[in-house]
Amino acid sequence: MSQLQAATTSPATSSRLSSWSLLLNNRLATGGLIILGLIALLAILAPILPLDDPNATSPADRLQPPLTEGHLLGTDQLGRDVLSRLIWGSQISIAVGLAATAIAALFGSIIGLVAGYAGGRTDNVMMRGIDMLMAFPYILLALAIVAVLGPSLINALYAIAIVNIPFFARNVRGVTVGLVSREFVDAARLSGKGHASILFTEVLPGVLPVIVITMSTTVGWMILETAGLSFLGLGAQPPQADLGSMLGEGRRVLFTAPHVSVIPGLMIFALVMSINLLGDGVRDVLDPRLRAGDLTRPRSMTRLERRSKPEPRIETDAILDVQGLETSFQKGRKTVPAVKDISFSLKKGECLGLIGESGSGKSVTALSLLGLVASPPGMITNGAVYIEGEDVFSRTETGVRALRGSKVAYVFQDPLTTLHPLFKVGDQIAEAILAHRRINRSEARSRALELMEKVGIRDAKERVDAFPHEMSGGQRQRIGIAMALANDPDIIIADEPTTALDVTVQARILDLLQDLRRERGMALLLITHDFGVVAQVCDRVAVMKDGDIVEAGITGEVLADPQHAYTRKLIACVPEIGQGKAFLEGLRPLFAEKQP
Amino acid sequence: MLGYIAKRLISAVPVLFGLSVIVFAIMALIPGDPATAILGAYATPENVERINRDLGLDRSLPEQYFAWITNVLQGDFGRSFRLNRPVLDEILERYSATLVLAGTSLVICSILGLLAGIVSAVRQFGWADRIITFFVLIGISMPAFWLGLLLILVFAVQWRLLPASGMYAIYGGGDLPDLLRHMILPATTLAVVATGVIARLTRAAMLEVLRQDFVRTARAKGLDERTVIYKHAFKAAFVSVIPVIGIQAGFVLGGAVYIETVFQWPGIGQMLVNAISTRDILLVQGGVLFVAASYVLFNLAADVFQALLDPRLKS
Repeated sequence: MSQLQAATTSPATSSRLSSWSLLLNNRLATGGLIILGLIALLAILAPILPLDDPNATSPADRLQPPLTEGHLLGTDQLGRDVLSRLIWGSQISIAVGLAATAIAALFGSIIGLVAGYAGGRTDNVMMRGIDMLMAFPYILLALAIVAVLGPSLINALYAIAIVNIPFFARNVRGVTVGLVSREFVDAARLSGKGHASILFTEVLPGVLPVIVITMSTTVGWMILETAGLSFLGLGAQPPQADLGSMLGEGRRVLFTAPHVSVIPGLMIFALVMSINLLGDGVRDVLDPRLRAGDLTRPRSMTRLERRSKPEPRIETDAILDVQGLETSFQKGRKTVPAVKDISFSLKKGECLGLIGESGSGKSVTALSLLGLVASPPGMITNGAVYIEGEDVFSRTETGVRALRGSKVAYVFQDPLTTLHPLFKVGDQIAEAILAHRRINRSEARSRALELMEKVGIRDAKERVDAFPHEMSGGQRQRIGIAMALANDPDIIIADEPTTALDVTVQARILDLLQDLRRERGMALLLITHDFGVVAQVCDRVAVMKDGDIVEAGITGEVLADPQHAYTRKLIACVPEIGQGKAFLEGLRPLFAEKQP
Repeated sequence: MLGYIAKRLISAVPVLFGLSVIVFAIMALIPGDPATAILGAYATPENVERINRDLGLDRSLPEQYFAWITNVLQGDFGRSFRLNRPVLDEILERYSATLVLAGTSLVICSILGLLAGIVSAVRQFGWADRIITFFVLIGISMPAFWLGLLLILVFAVQWRLLPASGMYAIYGGGDLPDLLRHMILPATTLAVVATGVIARLTRAAMLEVLRQDFVRTARAKGLDERTVIYKHAFKAAFVSVIPVIGIQAGFVLGGAVYIETVFQWPGIGQMLVNAISTRDILLVQGGVLFVAASYVLFNLAADVFQALLDPRLKS
């Protein structure tokens, strides 16, 4: 559902032509299209093909095997030509499937549109009704409906259509609800358009992709399920025959003449599979999220594609020395660098602030240091990261893993999404310890408890069994810090550790980091967009803009005499208490060039 | 937890009520009158009237519903006129056979589907992923009734390895090994489609979860890839797949209709198909209501299980 909504709330901008070429680029979908096209062509041409009468019985020729003279696919128990019946039967099955899809799409979409547009009680009543239909096991409801209407092909069609209405109603409603709150619908309403006109001219076009996706994913089922009802003798009645009833009748001679039932089954299978292949292709084309390839699995470490191989070891007194680091992202066939030629170093116990606006590449830099940039699309394209003089990327993956969380630990921005929602916080801290130390579980647990007390969580004994969602934002970040401290790291990389928190909590978390750093002699790399934070905590600062470090130096000196225009802007953005309107007045000239 | 279960049970009541109304309404809409169906075309008007009165068909629909549901709640689903025995007795006997079959299938498809989905996601775009994706595609496009026939042809007719039909051998059967032998083919057939669906959604859920921030955190802790995938990612993915398994229970219960017909399995699906063709209305009504209600309860159990694993859902 959420996938569908994401797909369609952004209107499809690609032209029809490119959608087609995308679809044809998908080899499986093209295969499906070809098979389906061939079957459909045969079915359409049935009246003019030189076929025997599908219903002409000939008891003398009964149960002829395939490849018999005059009967390519043999004959059935009444001597009827199987090939002819197969093609005519396919015609019926396809027609019934399409008709059922059309009916389900029409009624389901109307229900979904009206419920989503009207909202409130109408929505509630309609959707409860739809839920009720969905509370039945899928085929059972169709059976009950056929039981009422009586066995016949048209009744089976109705039954299958009704059973599929909920899928359309729910998908369409979901998207409609999203569209109705958008500005263009308000605009149409204000311009005096009626409800029906708004629904069909404004909302419907936005909903169409969902209807198409739902149709392409359900039409296969519908053909399959109508064939199933016919197979059970509840659909097509003799002499009329669809693929399902051919299969059902052929079953009686299964042991003596298997071809009579195997062949129509094979046709149903080919038909449904080709439709499913095509349907998947259609969904991929209409769902931009899948098209962008967002859902490729990230590797355990960022890919390395370094242009040059740096020295694996250097002599340095810095605990962390980054030299010429470049991290790029794969966009289609192009490789676009996100950060270029990043160099900085960090001494034992020192605090370096990496500052810049969002998108300047500071998080990418931080994550690159231990190969944590998601890959694909990320990759390290140049440079080296020396930790105690040894290049991280010259290590094996296992070697890098040994550094993670032990020598170098991370504190991330939003602890709600960065802590695992389904594990107790105490266990998550203990796990960090156990990843690097051979101690038993209860020891790890009591150590976790100590860490929680250390980072200032009151009643840590009770909170150790809490889940992240049961804690406040500040407490969660304290857990994140406790986890980082688990193995007494030499370096802590804190990526916007206070951004998701409110101001008073921010100050306390910064104090905590500061205290821990002094007490344990850890080096701290603090990523932030706030010069106020840097001024408060950092010994040195590096300013990032568009993937470059534009200025670096001792915090006090940079603050007193910024060299780069961008640095001046960042500094100016820190308000002082009591400044009032003058703050904005002061900012204005700095940003004046941006105004057209 | 108990509070959550109670809350879910209470929320199931209106759904069950709605189901019973739909089932009753469907049956009340049946054209043609049951009396003629019971007595045949040559019934005298007096007899028709008597039957109608016996069945309560001379009263208003709400009255009929109320009478029916009161009886149903007391376990009285009426008598099947074709079988001449209480509907409930027949349903219970048949339903236990279906449960054995569908339950086994559900276990098979959950295990295989989850495994295939994980492997597929972890080895994304590798050959294992391609092979699994290929089989998943075949599985979800497969007409189960046809697959059943193919399996019978191969394993029962050609190789004579397994029985083609029934639940027990007619002579000398009746024990557990006999039941298992009879169950292999139908349970496999029934599991194929659901396995495909579960595998597909597990793959998607795993790929989605592997992109989450908390997986990056797990890596940043220095956990090995096995723990990251099978502990951190899988638990989160599994929680989102549980409702899918609940829904698949519905497809398996529904699919049992075909499979029981193909394999002559004496379950409720076969009973329903027979009852529909003989227009044994009370049997259809009772059977549909019973299966639908059990499906609602099964989904409820799936929700509770999900909440057990995901404490966020309880609040």
